[in-house]
Amino acid sequence: MESLVVVGASLAGLRAVETARKDGFTGRVTLIGAEKHLPYDRPPLSKAFLDRGEDELAPPRPFYRDERFFIEDLDVDLLLGSPATALDPAAKTVYIGNRGVAYDAVVLATGSGARRLPGTELLSGVHALRTLDDAEALRDALADGGPVVVVGGGFIGSEIASSARKRGFDVTIVEATPAPLARAIGADMGAAIASLHYRNGTTLLCGTGVEAIEGGGHVERVVLTDGRTLPAAIVVAGIGSVPAVEWLDGSGLTLDNGIVCDETLWTGVEGVYAAGDVARWPNPTFGSLQRMENWTAAAEQGARAVRNALDPARAQPYATVPYYWSDWYGDRIQFVGVPDADEVAWVEGAVDDDGRWVVLYRAGERLVGALTVRAPSEIMKYRGLIQRGASWVDALEFATSRHRARA
Amino acid sequence: MKISVDYEKCTGLGICESLAPDVFEVDDSGALVLLKESLSDEEREAVEAAVAACPTEALRLHSVVTTPSVARP
Ligand SMILES: Cc1cc2nc3c(=O)[nH]c(=O)nc-3n(C[C@H](O)[C@H](O)[C@H](O)COP(=O)(O)OP(=O)(O)OC[C@H]3O[C@@H](n4cnc5c(N)ncnc54)[C@H](O)[C@@H]3O)c2cc1C
Ligand code: SF4
Repeated sequence: MESLVVVGASLAGLRAVETARKDGFTGRVTLIGAEKHLPYDRPPLSKAFLDRGEDELAPPRPFYRDERFFIEDLDVDLLLGSPATALDPAAKTVYIGNRGVAYDAVVLATGSGARRLPGTELLSGVHALRTLDDAEALRDALADGGPVVVVGGGFIGSEIASSARKRGFDVTIVEATPAPLARAIGADMGAAIASLHYRNGTTLLCGTGVEAIEGGGHVERVVLTDGRTLPAAIVVAGIGSVPAVEWLDGSGLTLDNGIVCDETLWTGVEGVYAAGDVARWPNPTFGSLQRMENWTAAAEQGARAVRNALDPARAQPYATVPYYWSDWYGDRIQFVGVPDADEVAWVEGAVDDDGRWVVLYRAGERLVGALTVRAPSEIMKYRGLIQRGASWVDALEFATSRHRARA
Repeated sequence: MKISVDYEKCTGLGICESLAPDVFEVDDSGALVLLKESLSDEEREAVEAAVAACPTEALRLHSVVTTPSVARP
């Protein structure tokens, strides 16, 4: 094993190169990234990074490491601003245009890209948020004022709405489905946490789509499918993301809503592994094919995939209880597990109270998910229970004992 | 072995608690509490994983060096 190539210079890619060196890999390591930036942290981009900062100074760019660290400490060849354009598994080569980089093992960590609103390319004031450049453009736009229309009521759209409210602008979220976040936390709880928007002065319009985004040069209004028109100085798309796999067309890998892998994150092609937002693998904890779009899994998969790639004979499966957090209007929302449930039960709080919320998800006889709002002390305990395959009865009993201990 | 937490960096996300629940706990206000200072070997492994996994790199493990006390006349 002489040459390790990692494609995608973000969280999963960073963890892959760091782990390879930490484990003592002494061969050549090449990190290929499409963006010109060194790897940086994305979660802050829709949170604190959009704030003005106390003294009007912008918060710093959230880079993980400086360039010196990659070159001197990790001895990594950094190829930034160089999107990989093809993978040739027979020749064991990754191509950046005409330039070939040979590998013995490769980790594909190209993540996902934001879906953008079609037909708005010529209109200024229309944004999406995935990259540092996107975040800086949006932050600059927010300095000039609202009203703001956010298309899509998911986690990122909701965080953007919360940041824009903090600056005092009129904010409307347009959500096409009847309740936001149905896929992420289930329709009932999606509707419940939508109340955070109402309480904080954000208008949320559900069950209506966008018909047109109009303006002369700069955006002026959003026309909805139900006929209403919203004035807008800034429109932000929070309509999800798509795994970055186009460059792998024709490579022979199985591409189906991401790069399909086995339990060890192996693609089935010799030496080729995948990690992070782009990877879809059978998660042993739930026994189903899943693609994560969260920080924790990207970091862990980056490390697991590279270990397996460098030592395939001793490859280990990657299993996890998914964990996602989101910050809205100063409140922390946390979710662990999966939302596909037969029953969702409130064990603490209620929709109309602004204290702690703890909500559990049951599938069959098992605890499969937990949602908390403003209850940071509870969430990881349920993650542990789900990990250990706890029964529903045990989970409810645990919840009661926590409740009693606090009373 | 001693664990230190940089409270300026920690944002209370609790990933450390999920990896080493006997050592870390996030409290009601979202602040991290260390449940113990000295670690068994088993815990040490879990704590090393937590140090590596913390998104804000708020955790550090130090080996404690005890300097022999010098008797003064
Ligand atoms: C605004 C925002 C807020 C978020 N907030 C949270 C949160 O609060 N909690 C949470 O758990 N998760 C959050 N996430 C999700 C989390 O950031 C992602 O799950 C994580 O970044 C995934 O890491 P990754 O390395 O797999 O992919 P990415 O971070 O998507 O990185 C992939 C990299 O590969 C590059 N690339 C793509 N194609 C190529 C190519 N052909 N050649 C070379 N390079 C390529 C891309 O340019 C990119 O830099 C958030 C994401 C965003 C965008
Ligand atoms: S994982 Fe890091 S940021 Fe999260 S609670 Fe632990 S120390 Fe704090």
